[in-house]
Amino acid sequence: MINAWTEATIVAVVAGVVGFFTVLRGSAFVAHAVPNGAFAGAAGASLIGVNTIIGLGVFSLFGALGIGVLGRRGRHDVVTALALVFMLGLGALFVTMSIEYAPEIYSLLFGEVLGISSTELAPTAALAVVCIAAVLVLYRPLMLSSVLAEAGEARGVSAFRMELCFLAVVALATTMTVPVVGTLLIFSLMIGAPAAARSFTDRPGPAIALSVTIALAIVWVAIALSYTTNYPVGFFVGTMSALCYALGRGWAAWRRRRSTRRGAPTAQIAAPGA
Amino acid sequence: MSQSVAALFAPGFFDSTTVHTALIVGTVVAIVAGTVGVFTVMRGQSFAGEALGDIGTTGGSGAFLIGVGPLWGFVAISIVAASAMELIGIQRPRGRDLATGIVLGAALGLAALLLYFDATYTNTTGATVTILFGSMFAIPGSTVPVIVLLSVIVLAMVSALYRPLLLGSVSPELAAARGIPVRPVGALYLLALAIAVALAAMTIGTILSTALLVGPAAAALRLTRRPATAILTAISIGIGATWLGVVLAYDSYDWSSAHHHWPVSFFVVTLVFLAYLLAGVPRLWRARRERG
Repeated sequence: MINAWTEATIVAVVAGVVGFFTVLRGSAFVAHAVPNGAFAGAAGASLIGVNTIIGLGVFSLFGALGIGVLGRRGRHDVVTALALVFMLGLGALFVTMSIEYAPEIYSLLFGEVLGISSTELAPTAALAVVCIAAVLVLYRPLMLSSVLAEAGEARGVSAFRMELCFLAVVALATTMTVPVVGTLLIFSLMIGAPAAARSFTDRPGPAIALSVTIALAIVWVAIALSYTTNYPVGFFVGTMSALCYALGRGWAAWRRRRSTRRGAPTAQIAAPGA
Repeated sequence: MSQSVAALFAPGFFDSTTVHTALIVGTVVAIVAGTVGVFTVMRGQSFAGEALGDIGTTGGSGAFLIGVGPLWGFVAISIVAASAMELIGIQRPRGRDLATGIVLGAALGLAALLLYFDATYTNTTGATVTILFGSMFAIPGSTVPVIVLLSVIVLAMVSALYRPLLLGSVSPELAAARGIPVRPVGALYLLALAIAVALAAMTIGTILSTALLVGPAAAALRLTRRPATAILTAISIGIGATWLGVVLAYDSYDWSSAHHHWPVSFFVVTLVFLAYLLAGVPRLWRARRERG
């Protein structure tokens, strides 16, 4: 149980930070595609009998970079979709090849945080540190390139290179989080919490802090509920992420109504969550 | 000639009713997915298509739980999810991915719960794999009329909306200036997309359904810019990939000593991906010739 808490806390911090940039860049689709495609890596790794983390890492990294490189030529969303389904197709093949695998597929897709052992903690923590360090180093150029790509280019920040760096960070985050919340649900943590946070504040620093806080709260409550009810963690994570987002939107709408009634200038009201 | 035909088609291929059903359903679905897919790619809504497919998992697992056919679950949940996305604001380009993502996350959470119930109460862990990855060889012949009927509905919707939808996809501003109700047209199109995705999920599984929707259409739009030609090309690519996929999956039984079929979905997805990559070749070649 202690392991589950520690692991989930690490995951929530990384998801909150990386997720902030995901929402800022509008890369929700990539954040969905990379973990999902990495599922094939996990299935393949278990087929040939190596550690799942290695399979996840290889597939998510190649998938992310493949999307980045191919996306330069074609339409970005199309390339993302195709890379995703191609990886999933491989996953389907691996799954049929290894026969007695159904429960494990379920736990890969939807997570199994309560089954984490203490030996799995060390690699997760190491990857998390690398991930956060990468975001810290890239912070300013990544922020500039995400908000104003043209201004970034003018200052010598290549948008393409930043995109690749960002995708690599997403791949890293994926590798460490998939065993915990599953390929399908890491995404809802990475989108829901930051999107909710951005409805409350527009400044990046507080928004990241708030995003991490919300992610932590979601994960902790989800584990507690899952422990008492025995229902899958993923269910609680998914539902609560959406709920937080709804609360954020409601708050933003309420504040907007109040400020227009007072006749306040409407300039600062950017579309919430956009 | 007859020898090569015999090598391609394993014995019993033409007599098997499951193969017949798979080919019929594959063809119908490829037609619908190709038509709707061209608009999906033009409107940049691949993520919505992908999300609706994934969300089908929720419907499929729910249907499994209450004991009705998965197709009904796919269709019902897709329509609900499409309405939710429309309400949250899929029509704004900036908030679009987020609206899609939030709905997707919530629905997948629910899918996790329903699949858990499926596994606990019905003692069949296989439900997860069947719903997610599908199998054309497992489609019961009795659902064919329903699939055809739904396909006709989608095609009728798209043809009725064809011109306003096309203009709205290329330039929403121009469409609005001409008095086209852009938002209702977009919402109706999303409905058509939802049904098309549900049909695709029936053939190659919920999380792979995007391949049939987006792949052929994207390849076609790389080859031609004219919408009508693109739709026809997309349909041809889709049918080609499905048929070849069925043949290869049927043959794959003899490939390894383990003797089980490789999944049809794997072949279809891989063929579609190859078609997309190959469709980029003419342009590369032309560019190189112009350069030098």
